[in-house]
Amino acid sequence: MYVAVKGGERAIRNAHAWLAEERRGDRSVAELSVAQIREQLSLAVNRVMAEGSLYDPDLAALAIKQARGDLIEAIFLIRAYRTTLPRFGASAPVDTGAMACDRRISATFKDLPGGQILGPTFDYTHRLLDFKLAAEGELPEAPAREASNEAVPHVTAFLNREGLIEDAPSDDTPPPDLTREPLELPAGRALRLQALTRADEGFTLSMAYSTQRGYARNHAFVGELRIGTVPVEVEIPELGFAIEIAEITVTECETVNQFKGSKTEPPQFTRGYGLVFGQTERKAISMALVDRALRWQELGEDNVGAPAQDAEFVLYHADNIQATGFLEHIKLPHYVDFQSELELVRKLRRDAGTDQCKVAAE
Amino acid sequence: MIDQNAPRKGWMGLMAKAPEGRVAALLDQATQRPAFTWLRAPEVGTVMVRGRAGGTGAPFNIGEVTVTRCALTLPGGEIGHAYIQGRNKADAEAAALIDALMQTDAADALRRQVLDPLEAELTAHKAHRAARAAATKVDFFTMVRGED
Repeated sequence: MYVAVKGGERAIRNAHAWLAEERRGDRSVAELSVAQIREQLSLAVNRVMAEGSLYDPDLAALAIKQARGDLIEAIFLIRAYRTTLPRFGASAPVDTGAMACDRRISATFKDLPGGQILGPTFDYTHRLLDFKLAAEGELPEAPAREASNEAVPHVTAFLNREGLIEDAPSDDTPPPDLTREPLELPAGRALRLQALTRADEGFTLSMAYSTQRGYARNHAFVGELRIGTVPVEVEIPELGFAIEIAEITVTECETVNQFKGSKTEPPQFTRGYGLVFGQTERKAISMALVDRALRWQELGEDNVGAPAQDAEFVLYHADNIQATGFLEHIKLPHYVDFQSELELVRKLRRDAGTDQCKVAAE
Repeated sequence: MIDQNAPRKGWMGLMAKAPEGRVAALLDQATQRPAFTWLRAPEVGTVMVRGRAGGTGAPFNIGEVTVTRCALTLPGGEIGHAYIQGRNKADAEAAALIDALMQTDAADALRRQVLDPLEAELTAHKAHRAARAAATKVDFFTMVRGED
């Protein structure tokens, strides 16, 4: 039985008004602008763009402000907004080999064409709180050095020359899109990669970590991690040719995994892949590890029953908006559901009580 | 073979990636806006961005990017199109006007007053980042090794 109830409008209105006031905080403290969030909390903005699945730094910054810094709530706002927009088309796959790199490191080769470029990283910092940031001050300019315009080829490309690593041959099959068709299993790699690139960072990190700790361990090395900008090119039907319509920052991680060979594949290195909007390296590395774990079947590996090998478990629990939607709905009124449970438990107790009385009488 | 669309691809791509408000500002500095008729009024939408598995393999969807597009025609019949990153309708209008005007006698002046400065700014911005990246490039040196 479903019983509709009304009421609470005034309470809801007032709750939202108070929410707005709490969001603003102490009015004697200057209000944050969307531009300040975009420029100074850019890694939060990047996470919201990646998991919101919409590249627009201003919108992501606005969502963070509106959500009082609750990133999952901000991602929810972006996902909702995204559904209101018409889609003009799909881009040609971005060419990450031609990326203008802010950062490019390899954990497998010390000397490599293009070099090791650290970029604006937290690595090698001491993780000590910097109290200078609590005070306003002038920031010295970062050092610059003349850039050589040498190419920065993918690390896997030179392992590939020796045949030591599995190939990733080019292919132009149009990929499935889980924002248009519900995610169904078995999911091919293209669908898995789409689900992973927008997956919750925390969930993806934990899944990846589980593989490192031994659950479907696959000995991942970061063959290469690169962060930088790539142009986005789209074929425009009314023009009859492709043009660049945007430039975006992405993070790409390629793992190189030890592989002893299987019934179907020779001994060689295998690959995991991560590609995520924005400067989001923890997520991109995690994505690559989970991608590699999920590839057990196509590489002819054994299913050892590890969580990270279970596509259904990983893909159906990776989306934080689905998860939070289902989780948080249980706090909304379930008065009638609960009423029936209450009746049931009372009845069971009554029945049990009569039985006990009988036992006592005997 | 020379791609005859290359120049147009070049300026459309340049304007698509320009900072917010810049294209409109440069256009208004350069010339008075001509009369025009909308073929498609500015609309905000998205393009699904794709990548390739392993960087070179089969394509997959990463997520969408916001894009504003419009199309217009000048009294002389020239058609201007714009597809620009973000949600700024005024910038899309300016980009479509420039695209149309680049097909008229105004092309040389607009090249000098709008496109060249825009390109210079973009190049300077890229060079600024590239120089900072270059300064973080590691120069390895080998320490004296243990084996005698």
